[in-house]
Amino acid sequence: MALSATTGRTLRVCALYPDLMNIYADRGNLLVLRRRCEWRGIGFELSGSGLEQPLNADAHDLFYIGGGQDRDQRLCAEDLLQTKRASLHEAAARGAIVLGVCGGYQLLGRAYTLGEDEIEGVGLLDVHTVRDPGPRLIGDIAIEVSLEDGGDPRVLAGFENHGGRTHLGAGADPLGRVVQGHGNDGRSGHEGARQGATIGTYLHGPLLPKNVWFADWLIATALHIDPSELTPLQDSFECAAHRSARRAAGL
Amino acid sequence: MARMLAPKLALARAAGALSRLRGGGATSAPGKLLLTLEPDALGALASRLRRGSVLVSATNGKTTTAAMAASILERHGVELVHNQAGANMAGGIASTLLAAARPRGGIAGELGLFEVDELWLQPVAARLRGLRTVLLSNLFRDQLDRYGELETIADSWVSALRDGPARAATLVLNADDPLVADLGRDRDGVVYFGVDDDSLALGGMAHAADAKHCRRCGAPYAFDAVYLGHLGHYHCPSCGRRRPSPTVCARAVELDGVRGARFRLSVASEEADVKLALPGLYNVYNALAAAALAVALEVPLNDIVAGLQSATAAFGRAETVTVDGRDAQILLVKNPAGCNEVLRTLALEPGEHDVLGVLNDNIADGRDVSWVWDADYELLAGRVRSVTCAGTRAPELALRLKYAGVDPQRIRVIDDLARALSAAAAERPDSGEDGQPLYVLPTYTAMLALRELLVRRGEASSSWR
Repeated sequence: MALSATTGRTLRVCALYPDLMNIYADRGNLLVLRRRCEWRGIGFELSGSGLEQPLNADAHDLFYIGGGQDRDQRLCAEDLLQTKRASLHEAAARGAIVLGVCGGYQLLGRAYTLGEDEIEGVGLLDVHTVRDPGPRLIGDIAIEVSLEDGGDPRVLAGFENHGGRTHLGAGADPLGRVVQGHGNDGRSGHEGARQGATIGTYLHGPLLPKNVWFADWLIATALHIDPSELTPLQDSFECAAHRSARRAAGL
Repeated sequence: MARMLAPKLALARAAGALSRLRGGGATSAPGKLLLTLEPDALGALASRLRRGSVLVSATNGKTTTAAMAASILERHGVELVHNQAGANMAGGIASTLLAAARPRGGIAGELGLFEVDELWLQPVAARLRGLRTVLLSNLFRDQLDRYGELETIADSWVSALRDGPARAATLVLNADDPLVADLGRDRDGVVYFGVDDDSLALGGMAHAADAKHCRRCGAPYAFDAVYLGHLGHYHCPSCGRRRPSPTVCARAVELDGVRGARFRLSVASEEADVKLALPGLYNVYNALAAAALAVALEVPLNDIVAGLQSATAAFGRAETVTVDGRDAQILLVKNPAGCNEVLRTLALEPGEHDVLGVLNDNIADGRDVSWVWDADYELLAGRVRSVTCAGTRAPELALRLKYAGVDPQRIRVIDDLARALSAAAAERPDSGEDGQPLYVLPTYTAMLALRELLVRRGEASSSWR
């Protein structure tokens, strides 16, 4: 068998607060990364980092943080600042992917309001999140994303459920353009944020199962190879689920 | 008051009859209209009940628990007004009371037994005069797009019990659920129920477990035993809060696959063996809850045991029907905790199974189907001969099963429920495994659609009420 770009490679994933920040089926995202590596003969290592556990910036290719209940999110916000912020910045600076989903997205920004308090975020994304007296933004959503310069836009489909409104600063680009749904604030037409290899999105829980092209992009980018170098997989179930999620969003 | 109420009752009744004539099945419609005409109708009608009312709420098991409690109370000779069709918001309860109301301030029944939606506990409890007992069983992560976070519901329950008629009611609480047990912290006369059986303890908390932090001081609970989701024996190492010791408990639990369960029921100093026709540890919890409610209502143990043993499945809750000549057992799944218990129960059965999973995303199911990734479908890996996926989000269920490790060649998607049901029932074991039922795992609205389909086919008439 010819050597491929992934021979002997291992994707090292670190889930931040897997016991607390998992409210919207975040486990599904990690499972999809695992399986799609394993099916291609790429090694997969998953470690978790909980409260008070320091982070080794060099030991992981991809950091994942999901959403949590308000109480848990507050605990994690404090812990992120105290024990993990410097390492996360170091990891992001050397090109590791940091992916925040839902509450995790909010925590990666500069600041967000929770209840009456403004809480300082990790600051990897130049965004801030505020509360709004309006209703929570809930529903199926589809966005159009261009991850490579000049590449054709592709669709991410999922579900959003957030009370916060997130506003982008000059340093962050939107992850995508809202086609159906609410997005960051229900008004701007923007969804998520991207700054270097740090990505945040409100498309929660099983974002990756519904969009395996994006899972593959993350795997490839974290391994510093081109997505086209990944062995193709039999993706008929995956494509059908993607179509189903798009359909639910009205696309 | 009663004189002014009568014409409103008549009008709401007529509207209900009209809606039924036009094929509407909504059991809550007349009650909703009645509440618009007379906002105090719940209280006015409930106050006619000589022995007052009981409310039953939980994330999982409300309908089955109330059905078990009804079986016990009826055996004890209590005449009930009971929303057994499961319409459990204010309108549904008002409809039930309306149907029982009689002229000149009368009512057909002496005790109200009402299951109530978690989010409706507070408004219903506030209006239900004569509220005597409140049974609260569990809080699990469920339909986050509709219910919000778990602690938000727990907070609404705290205020539901603090004010109005509930303030003086007797509480019946699950000692094993820290969120629920804590509701009794400043109350007298609480009847707690729980499981005491170390052989059932799981290796750890389920992935989707919640309620990890002490409601009193915020520190993480320490669990000495986990039985189901976050239910178990726990204490707070920081403030010393412990699981209350239950008066009604289950010991020596034996789970007989999907067929039933046995346990030793102990109430204070008395004990008796109970054989349930309903399967799984979750139904042992439902039975304990119903038993504890009966204890609070001073029903003797022999009636409790007899009532539990004769309790049968509520529709779609471990009920067996016939589909194209093959037995099909319907096991409602609507959230990760409930689904895990169904999968765990199914995994107790030997051999490979034929399964029909129906995943809908209608409002009553929750629009967000993310939860299937929180449920442990891994329990089915290597255990299924065929899985047919149907419903509005069938492809996403199929994908979940593939990533759970089920052989993709054994998974197929047939969106249409009628075709899926026939195709799934037509899967027959090759040999030696005749008599294996088809297991149907529908979400809530899928279960209702299934009922209509089976009634239309004439394959389900006698078995549901």
